[in-house]
Amino acid sequence: MKSPFDQLDKTLEHRVRLQIMSILMANESYDFNSLKEIVGITDGSLATHIKALEKEKYILTKKSFVDRKPNTRYKATELGRKIFKTHIDALERLISLQKR
Amino acid sequence: MNDEYQKDLASIRSMMERSVKFMSLSGLSGVLAGGYALVGAYLAYLIMYYPSAPVGYEKLSIANHPSQITRLAFIAFVILAASLVTGFFLSWLKAKRIRQSLWNETSRLLLVDLIITLGTGGLFVLILFIRGYYSLLAPCLLIFYGLALIHCSRHTFAEIKYLGFIEIMLGLISSFYPEYGLVTWTIGFGLMHIIYGAVMYFRHER
Repeated sequence: MKSPFDQLDKTLEHRVRLQIMSILMANESYDFNSLKEIVGITDGSLATHIKALEKEKYILTKKSFVDRKPNTRYKATELGRKIFKTHIDALERLISLQKR
Repeated sequence: MNDEYQKDLASIRSMMERSVKFMSLSGLSGVLAGGYALVGAYLAYLIMYYPSAPVGYEKLSIANHPSQITRLAFIAFVILAASLVTGFFLSWLKAKRIRQSLWNETSRLLLVDLIITLGTGGLFVLILFIRGYYSLLAPCLLIFYGLALIHCSRHTFAEIKYLGFIEIMLGLISSFYPEYGLVTWTIGFGLMHIIYGAVMYFRHER
């Protein structure tokens, strides 16, 4: 059996990225400003983490205009969902291993 | 290290919860809306029953006095509008206090659910009215309001669901006994809002 350490995802080891992914797991899609409000970080910092997740193809970006204002929404991809699940399974196993 | 993993899991749980639930809903506005409803119920009593007891259908119902229905509907609309304005204002204040915006993804989800359920109920009741099923107007509004609350509870405080069950029960009772229409409305829209609003206020706002 593989060690749970190997199943932890490098990109998701950063807590903000993990938080963004959890929001996108619980919701079909989410917009930039609402993400910022819940995670509680600055525009620039959020944009950087989103780019990192995009690069790994864990999330998709959809840009549109609402009342001529740009509105950017994000969505978790199938790959992102799978990696996220594997990652938290590994977290849970690590915790239970160390409890013993 | 283990601590970090625990924190990761805790933050996942909190993010998931907070990203689907609208937390700015004000309990105090529920109490006020209940108060408005009691005033409305009293006015309706003056129109429909005064000076008799506030029950009965055959002799005194709106079905036998169609002209009264305009006045009753007017009162209901004023109460509804006042409750909505109060709700928006107090939720806006609460949103400011907990540093969230009133218009975000969670309030959008909540509003969509509300519009679908209450919109359907409103149209249905309007159709009942046009077709003359007066005795079903009051119960149907209670039932649809209850369903709306249950449906919306996934996007805000979960207690709302039980308020929904109570409204549905009151609606079913008054569709069987239309003579208790005003009484069930007074309980459902007045008393229950005051009780639930107070519970929400003490649980989440203090």
